[in-house]
Amino acid sequence: MKKHAEPRTYSKPGKFGKYGGQYVPETLMEPLRALEEAYNRFSRDPSFKKELAGLLDDFAGRPTPLYLASNLTGHVGGARVYLKREDLLHGGAHKINNTLGQALLAKKMGKRRIIAETGAGQHGVATAMACAALGLRAEVYMGSEDMDRQRLNVYRMKMLGAKVHPVESGSKTLKDAINEALRDWVTNVQDTYYLLGSVVGPHPYPTMVRDFQSVIGKEARKQILQQEGRLPKAVVACVGGGSNSIGIFHSFLDDLDVDLYGIEAGGESLSPGQNAAPLVAGREGVLHGMMTYVLQDEVGQVQATRSISAGLDYPGVGPEHAFLMTAERAKYVTVSDEGALEAFKNLSQLEGIMPALESAHAISYTMKLARSLGTRDSIIVNLSGRGDKDVEIVAKHLPQ
Amino acid sequence: MPNTSRNDDRIEAKFGELRGLREGALVAYLTGGDPDPKTFLANSTALIEGGADIVEIGIPFSDPIADGPVIQASSMRALSNGTTPLGILNMIRELSTQFPVPFVVLSYYNPILAMGLDRFLQKARESGVDGIVVPDLPVEESEEFRNLSLKHNVDNIYLAAPNTSRTRLRTVLDKSKGFLYLVSLYGVTGPRDSLSPQALEAVRAVKSLARGKIPVSAGFGISQPEHVSAVIQSGADGAIVGSALVRIVGNHLDDPSEAETQLKKTVQSLKEATRPSSN
Repeated sequence: MKKHAEPRTYSKPGKFGKYGGQYVPETLMEPLRALEEAYNRFSRDPSFKKELAGLLDDFAGRPTPLYLASNLTGHVGGARVYLKREDLLHGGAHKINNTLGQALLAKKMGKRRIIAETGAGQHGVATAMACAALGLRAEVYMGSEDMDRQRLNVYRMKMLGAKVHPVESGSKTLKDAINEALRDWVTNVQDTYYLLGSVVGPHPYPTMVRDFQSVIGKEARKQILQQEGRLPKAVVACVGGGSNSIGIFHSFLDDLDVDLYGIEAGGESLSPGQNAAPLVAGREGVLHGMMTYVLQDEVGQVQATRSISAGLDYPGVGPEHAFLMTAERAKYVTVSDEGALEAFKNLSQLEGIMPALESAHAISYTMKLARSLGTRDSIIVNLSGRGDKDVEIVAKHLPQ
Repeated sequence: MPNTSRNDDRIEAKFGELRGLREGALVAYLTGGDPDPKTFLANSTALIEGGADIVEIGIPFSDPIADGPVIQASSMRALSNGTTPLGILNMIRELSTQFPVPFVVLSYYNPILAMGLDRFLQKARESGVDGIVVPDLPVEESEEFRNLSLKHNVDNIYLAAPNTSRTRLRTVLDKSKGFLYLVSLYGVTGPRDSLSPQALEAVRAVKSLARGKIPVSAGFGISQPEHVSAVIQSGADGAIVGSALVRIVGNHLDDPSEAETQLKKTVQSLKEATRPSSN
């Protein structure tokens, strides 16, 4: 990993090197401009910041602990492993950091109708929670295939007052849910706010969502300095769209001695259609309004993805990750379905903590990395969500 | 070099010719390779025989965010038959060597990027493509693409929407070649029963800024002769009809010759509506 990278030499707002941008239909250019302007204004407004901080603390449960996983550390025999406990947040995942920020922004902008996409349902649930708390109307697009796989989350969204629209187009998963949400937004731009769930899509979303999620890294950096007296050797997080990883990476970007590892879903294998690892197995392209790395065939059609964890099951990735990879500031690797399942079991049994299958990918790599480091080193892994939602899937694969 | 006989600026020339006749242009759209290459070629021929002034061919994409269900379904049909961008350019070549009508290609940006901008535009030009519309490439992101389009003499047709600001409108009017594609409503492509409330107002607003420098064609939700005559009477130089035609293809998958007949008849009545006598 490069030690002298200039990770923040972004060429202009909304661009991360050549990645990012606004590759959208003309009708969305004006609402994106209005969104950027509103975000720039409110994100500097002390009363907005105070209100959001209050919600994050008292509604969502921040700050989250940085927990030394001593049993896991002992088991692995190497660097000390710290878990950033985003799994303890309201809703069970880091998603709420972003939905509270954007829902509050939407409210300030005078928008009352909120639309969102969801894959596994975690962002949909977090959107429904934030909207209920702030008195906004939520409508969530979800692939019909995902609705079958994640029935419990569909029920949670409905219970929280959200309307769930099944998406029957394309592969009927997250990518198609984003397509459908964009189509809704193009149609209802005047009164609708699109609450995107990750650091993907057209500018300003990758920047705005990163800012809302960067609270994770800000806390973690302060906590590790308090607990260890020095910075960790590495920070590890899973990457689907990439919001929890960018959120924890961001505060460490200038700490060039801290290695950053993003873990993509290796699925069954790295063959086409068998994984969800655009940075490792894809190439540059444009999808959902951004220039980034995309899993696609030779003629530019977006490929189907596969991962045991629905939250990583996406053929694109946040443009800032594409930049951090090509600038060699962060390293991106894969962990397979099997590796994630093994880590799910390990963390559950060693620490009494069931990780989300997404986060289990990061746990798996962390265990490998910890083994290769000395006992004086430490690693922070972002435990981005809890695993209750995945118990059924895990039970199917790990019969015991 | 094939198609050296096809002149440059044929779109501009077509609008000039129609102006002389006091007619609007009918731009007729089909999705390339839908439902299969042979039927697509026959259907395109039906559009031309029905009187389409400009033929617009869509390159199917897996994630068409600006399109409604009708064109989404046609894209899936074409893709499931193994249609590729290069394959479609070859089909256009077959058509352009037979018919003098100008051809416009509509493609999302990723298939173009995958082939390489320069190579795509060169192949397009060699196939007789006169203009190109990229619905997810706004003017801010298109500098390189625009320069290469100029180099290859393929008109880069930008889009404007009802909420495009006057400043942006000036820019796209200035940078667009061939014509400006006016999205006449808030929404995705697809046939509607009536014209959107914004359509005619948008046409007038854009025309007042265009000041005759570049033709303006209105599309999205324009499916019937009355819609065509209404936008032309409001000052549009052309009307773009897509989903209404693609729907005919989709409705007659078991009877392709009926699709041809229907397409030709529909285009005839739409074309009739671009003439002054239609009021």
